[in-house]
Amino acid sequence: MHTISSAIHTKFKQLLALCALTIALPAAAQFRVEVSGVGLTQMPIAIATFRGESQAPQKIGAIVKADLERSGVFRSVDTAGAIIDESARPDLAAWKQKGADSLVTGSVTPLADGRFDVRLRLWDTVRGQDLGGQNYAVSAGDLRLSAHRIADFVYEKLTGEKGIFSTRIAYVTKAGPRHTLWVADADGENAQSALASPEPIISPAWSPNGSQLAYVSFEARKPVIYSHDVASGKRRLIANFRGSNSAPAWSNDGRQIVATLSRDGGSQLYVMDAAGGEPRRLTQSSSIDTEPAFSADGKAIYFVSDRSGAPQIYRMSASGGNAERITFSGNYNISPALSPDGKYLAYISRVGGAFKLQLMDIASGTATQITDTSADESPSFAPNSRLIVYATQQQGREALMTTTLDGKIKARLAGSSGDIREPDWSPFSR
Amino acid sequence: MNRSTFLAIPVLAIAALLAACGSNVKLDDVPVESRTGAAVTTPSGTSTTVTTGVAPVEIAASNSGVAGPTGVAKIIYFDYDSFTLKPEFQNVVEAHARYMAANKTRKLAIEGHTDDRGGREYNLALGQKRAEAVRRAFGLLGVTDAQVEAVSFGKEKPAVPGADEAAFAKNRRAELNYR
Repeated sequence: MHTISSAIHTKFKQLLALCALTIALPAAAQFRVEVSGVGLTQMPIAIATFRGESQAPQKIGAIVKADLERSGVFRSVDTAGAIIDESARPDLAAWKQKGADSLVTGSVTPLADGRFDVRLRLWDTVRGQDLGGQNYAVSAGDLRLSAHRIADFVYEKLTGEKGIFSTRIAYVTKAGPRHTLWVADADGENAQSALASPEPIISPAWSPNGSQLAYVSFEARKPVIYSHDVASGKRRLIANFRGSNSAPAWSNDGRQIVATLSRDGGSQLYVMDAAGGEPRRLTQSSSIDTEPAFSADGKAIYFVSDRSGAPQIYRMSASGGNAERITFSGNYNISPALSPDGKYLAYISRVGGAFKLQLMDIASGTATQITDTSADESPSFAPNSRLIVYATQQQGREALMTTTLDGKIKARLAGSSGDIREPDWSPFSR
Repeated sequence: MNRSTFLAIPVLAIAALLAACGSNVKLDDVPVESRTGAAVTTPSGTSTTVTTGVAPVEIAASNSGVAGPTGVAKIIYFDYDSFTLKPEFQNVVEAHARYMAANKTRKLAIEGHTDDRGGREYNLALGQKRAEAVRRAFGLLGVTDAQVEAVSFGKEKPAVPGADEAAFAKNRRAELNYR
């Protein structure tokens, strides 16, 4: 294994990186939640304005509200600006009367050391119960993170499933010749640059522990796969073989990477040790085999092949061997993504001249189109399998969207400068 | 850990580097790397410490290659959904083959490209098919793989912008670039 971190970490490079960062920060991005259809099963929740919120740099209650609405599971009940902190004993019957089944209260208090003490309490208005609370002491820069953790706490308490609001989304922007790989909060805010390059960057893929991003960079005037430690910026070469190296996918234990290499002529799938070593060929076709994605149980690899004459999605054992065709409708089906719960396959299908996000129930093989847009790309599931992030075009501009699996609740990341594409949703934070 | 000491070092380092940038960006605009959300005592719930700092890496532009034979075309165009070398480009390949035979130390990158319809990774594989077709044409003329490498840029580097057939036709190509 050849390491390039020493070269990257010269003082000069750090200086360049920092200078570039100061001019490359995107305009503040805002997610807008678009509800298209009302779910009858949405839980009504009231999120009070947190005491002290108006003096704090971030509107905690508003962030919690947007997170919960975007999930599609909750419908927020108007609080008429009521300010209620976590120590109050609210009139739960009155909130029940207003239509809320639960109530979030809290406060944001500046601490002497410059940090903020963020507190919340969650109430069940139906049973009249205190469902618990949390405290966070955070820097101003982490107020958003504390709000996402509050949303995760509320989501888990009320649904029994883990929330994804404090996870992250990686994506790529292109502005002129400049390509940037960003790591943002799951609502698209707080984007931080991980890599900036004059050449394209595609196919970012989070490692299963959320510390590394594998991606394809063209900085060497050809596609080469790197693994990038996000916190330190340390990069490792994963595949720089003769020809093109692309489409990295981590095995579920993070020990192996399957990728598309053209070292033997055509684009074929190979498996490599993530720590380095000689690739082993998994597919033996004279056609294109690419875009590998591991099944939730890690035993199978889904991939795209044009062995039938047009690109379709296939499935084979993770150790290679015979492949079974999965998609039969249409003549262009690409970019498979598997839900972590093992139930769904998301992919992109060409329908007419449009590219549409499809969701297939794996057990039945039934696929449903879940968007109204026509240039959908690169679906990726949230780690709780309840949302999909994808790239598309709205009003002629590239955009990232999240959608619930029924397609009813969509949210758009807007306001970022330049084209935005290639989203990948991180695993749960450890 | 003493939080203020912990933060002081990166902040000072960033301030020093910013001064060197010659930029008037305020320090407030610079993301400080430390980003911890440690939970303090909680009445009925706890939280783990999380760190979500991101260290930025900047790639400098690479040199753009070296000159090849003069007066010889460097771009080979392909038909829609086609990966075969058109006869009209055979003389281009032959001219480059002669140049490489006379300049054995020269290395040629054959860079395949597609138009911008469809997926990025699938187009990367399609661009590779175009580059491989040109590589095989060189092979038939006796140029060995020691001198040529077929790579693909897929749809990532269109020659011209636009979403009409005129633009698509100019983007379905293989570029011959000496390194």
